[in-house]
Parts: sequence; C-alpha cells; structure tokens
Amino acid sequence: MAIKAMGRRTRPPAAEVSEGTWIEVAALDKRYQPRRSAPTQALVDINLTVRRGEFISVVGPSGCGKTTLLKILAGLSPKSAGTVRIAGREVTKPLPEVGMVFQAPTLLPWRTIFDNVMVPAEIQKLDPARHRERAQQLLDMVGLTGFERKYPHELSGGMQQRAGICRALVHDPAVLLMDEPFGALDAMTREYMNVELLRIWRESGQTVVLVTHSIPEAVFLSDRVVVLSQRPGRIAEIVPIDLERPRDLGVMSSDRAGVYVDRIRAHFNAASVID
Amino acid sequence: MATTEVVGGARTPAPEKPTRRRLDLRERPQLWLVPAVFVVVVLAWEYGTELFSVDEYVLPRPSQIFDALGRQLGDGLFWSHLWVTSREALLGFLIGVGAAVLLGTFISQVKVVEATLMPYIVAFQTVPKVALAPLFVLWFGFGLTSKVVMAAVISFFPMLVNVIEGLRAADADRIQMLTVFGAGRAQIFRMVRLPTALPFIFAGLDIGIVFAILGAVVGEFIGAKEGLGYLLLQTNYNFDISGMFAVLVVLSVMGLVAHFVIRLLQRRLAFWAEDTRVIGA
Ligand SMILES: Nc1ncnc2c1ncn2[C@@H]1O[C@H](COP(=O)(O)OP(=O)(O)OP(=O)(O)O)[C@@H](O)[C@H]1O
Ligand SMILES: [Mg+2]
Repeated sequence: MAIKAMGRRTRPPAAEVSEGTWIEVAALDKRYQPRRSAPTQALVDINLTVRRGEFISVVGPSGCGKTTLLKILAGLSPKSAGTVRIAGREVTKPLPEVGMVFQAPTLLPWRTIFDNVMVPAEIQKLDPARHRERAQQLLDMVGLTGFERKYPHELSGGMQQRAGICRALVHDPAVLLMDEPFGALDAMTREYMNVELLRIWRESGQTVVLVTHSIPEAVFLSDRVVVLSQRPGRIAEIVPIDLERPRDLGVMSSDRAGVYVDRIRAHFNAASVID
Repeated sequence: MATTEVVGGARTPAPEKPTRRRLDLRERPQLWLVPAVFVVVVLAWEYGTELFSVDEYVLPRPSQIFDALGRQLGDGLFWSHLWVTSREALLGFLIGVGAAVLLGTFISQVKVVEATLMPYIVAFQTVPKVALAPLFVLWFGFGLTSKVVMAAVISFFPMLVNVIEGLRAADADRIQMLTVFGAGRAQIFRMVRLPTALPFIFAGLDIGIVFAILGAVVGEFIGAKEGLGYLLLQTNYNFDISGMFAVLVVLSVMGLVAHFVIRLLQRRLAFWAEDTRVIGA
C-alpha cells in the first residue's frame, strides 16, 4: 500500500531547506478585468517565499482569492503586478514540474479512471510502464482499487476527487498545488487522505501549497499557514506551525495544536466571517 | 488506523452493471407500444379506406402497397434503381461530410479563416439548396455526377455547423487542466476538443445521411434515367399509386437503416454522451 517516490529527489537536509527558496511571490497583485463588467481586485500585495520541501496551507474566506493565487502559481492566470518565481524561473506559463489538484475533479468523461490518472504522463511522454505502475499504486492508496476501468460518471464526487489527486501526483511533480482537494470527502476519508498526503510528501520531498477551508486540516498538515483576509485578499498573517514531525492525528488533540487553530480562527472572528 | 476500514470498504470491486438491457416489457413499454401503433394505423388505413371507399388512385390501401412492394422487390430492374440512388447518396454523403469536417476543423482552428468565411457560410446556408438541383443537372448532366453534387451540397452544411460548434464546445476547465500538465495545442485538440466534438459530429452525420438521400432523389426528379426518384416519377405518370407508395416505403427504410447504422457507431465511439444536441441545417 505504501507508495514510494520515484527517486528523483530526496527530501533535502534541514540546512539546505533554510536556504533553498523554491517559490517566490513578491508584491503580487491580481485584478480581474472582465470585458463587460466592473473589475474585481482579487489579490493585493502578496509576499511569500516557500522553501523547497515546505508544506504551506492557505486559508481564507470564500472569494478571497485562494484559487486565483494557485492559478497564478500554476501559470494559468496572468498576474497584474509583481513577480512569481518557481525554482528560480519566472512563471509565465505552466511549468512541467508542477502538479495541480483542482477544486472540481475535472476528469475527462471519455477516459477510464486509470487513463485519466495517466494524463500528465501521457502529455509529458514519460515512460509508460513505470508510470502505469505508479498510477496503480496511487489508485490503491486512495482506495480506488477495482475502479480503474470505470468511467468518471460511475464514481461518486469524492471518488472522482481522489482520482484527481492521483492524477496530480502521477508524474511526481516537485511542486504540488492543491485547491481544496478534500472538500468533497467525508470526515473519515478526509483524515485518512491527510495522513497519506503527509506520508507522500515526506517520502518525495515535494513542495506543497494547499488551499483549504478547514483550519484544523491546515494546522495538521503544514509547516506554515497563510491566512488571507476577505476580498481583496491580503496576507493577514503567516502562522508557523511548530509541531514535531512525523505527525499523526493524535497531535490534533494536543494543546499546542489547539492554540494554533484558535489563533487562525481569531482572524475570521475579528472580521466576523464565519467560514 | 481506524480510517483504513472506511477506505478499505471501497476496495471491493464495483458491482458490474448489466451490459445488455433486458427485454422487460414493463420497464420498456415501447417494445410493444411501437409495433401496436403500427398495427392499429395500418388496420385503420386498410379498413378506413374501404369503409369510406377512397379511390385507390388517391390513397391505395396498405395491402395494395404491400403487393406493389412485393412486385417491385421481385423485379431486377427495381434493384438497379435502388443501387443507383444508394450509390449517389452515399458518395455525395461521404464527399459532403468529408469536406465539412476538413473545412470545419480549419475554420475552428484559425481565427482569420473563421472571420473571413463565416459571413459567406451563413449567407449560403439561407439558400434553399434543393433549388440548385436544376442548375446542377444543367452543369453536370443527367448522370451520376449531378446527383452526387446535390447530395454533397445538401449534407455539407448541417455537418459543417456541427463540426464548428463541436470543436468550440470544449470545456474551459478541462483545457486548463491539460494546460497545467503541459499540453500544447495539438494535444489539447486530440485529448479534449475532438472527443467533445464527437457527439456533434454524429448529430451532423445523422442529419447528413438523410439529407444526402433527399438530395439524390431531388436530383433524379429534375433529370435522370434511373434511380428511385426517377421511378417515383414513372409510377406517378403511370397512375401506379401503390407502386409510388412502395418506392416511398423503400426510401424510408433506406433512411432508417442509415440512421441506425450511425446511431450504432455513435454508441460505440461516443458512448459517454447520453444525447446529442442536433443542430439543423
Ligand atoms: N475569471 C474571473 N473573472 C472575473 N473575476 C473572477 C474570476 N475568477 C475569480 N474572480 C473573482 O475573484 C475573486 C476571488 O476568486 P477565487 O476563485 O480566487 O476565490 P476563492 O478564494 O478560491 O473562493 P472559494 O473559497 O469560494 O473557492 C472572487 O471575487 C471572484 O468573483
Ligand atoms: Mg476557490
């Protein structure tokens, strides 16, 4: 059941982590300018550096620009001002070392679940045999064994979302962007997926930026939690989560975790936003 | 870990859906309703015409049509007429539909071409294509060519509209998804645009084949020495009204067979699309 990283990277030692800036966002502004309606300021002055191998979560009220931030990092959406770099390269178009999980599963209805998971490997013309094996391991891990030959409409929303997670991981991306990947899952599967995600992350040394609505989830998973304000999204606070790793779910009942959760929640209470 | 059991529960293989739909008359009442309606209409027609003594030169009875059909099917000459029309329709269909796929793909992929050609296409679409038949006979003669051209022209437009519309219909989120994973234009076309267009293309084929038969028959009306359209006119001149109806029956069957072949292909190739949005000519 354990899925191994493909051995391209190992998690860098702590000293290297502190120097290795992997994602760099400086003075980022984003303004949507629809053709026939008023512009929307989505993000204002976002400054964030993410170290290589770091796990970052982004929380914030609905509509504050979380998806927008991920899409800019993914090279899907142009920024209005500022700089965005991944691994030293300016992001102007999607980079091959980035994998993304979308807020909606976005599977192709004419492909089986297995072939959907293989999409990134196919696009990037990666060794089929090796990646088929990895796709199968990922599907096993998320509990979709036996559904490989099914089509997306034959699966529940949560199962489709899990297939989307496998797709984002199949080419073992150095950077993983996840937009509320566990939103459609029941609480128990969600906790299980959190634990699995941490294990994959630990084994592969990926740099992860995860958007979530769940503050406890953000605390459990992350090295740092980025709290965005209401729209237009600004960084209200970046909360370092100093809980020892590897973590298991037990850590969430500790007082220290509770303190972090309360501190992040206070931001939303102050703005009287119930999220 | 307590949660593995939950996920583990999903590990049993999903139950197989029955692949063949069962012949259950309660669940699918149309299985007996459709033939029942046919029998009722034919009986009403048969005895209604007798009851009101409708002249057989106005409306022949089903039994007479059936006799005429039997006569024709036993006649070698009839089969050669059928062959002529089928060939004209099929050739015209393939040419018209093929040209529409090529042009439609070109138009949908190159903005300038679209902007340049669209006004002409819209203008041509409003021309009643059937009215061009005399012209085609004048240009291409009484033989095969004029009918093939007619069938091609008339099946071209519904197909073209469907190809353009279908290639445009791709979901923006799906394109974004492929883009993130590094897909280029050609890969996006192959992996999303083309599959999205497939149900539209089948809708175009479905209308196209029926239109191609119509085109061939109309061409034969205007000027021909053979074919089912020619036979329709002959039976009409000879007051063989049952014979005329028999030809109409054969033409309908041709259209139906073509329709079912295309539906069958569609079920195989575009299995994910439940129903197609048909765009008319
Ligand atoms: N393509 C677009 N055109 C115009 N405005 C947009 C577009 N996409 C998003 N917006 C606007 O930008 C703001 C931020 O949207 P975004 O999707 O990033 O929010 P979000 O934080 O992901 O919200 P949620 O938690 O509900 O997913 C919203 O006010 C939205 O209306
Ligand atoms: Mg969002």
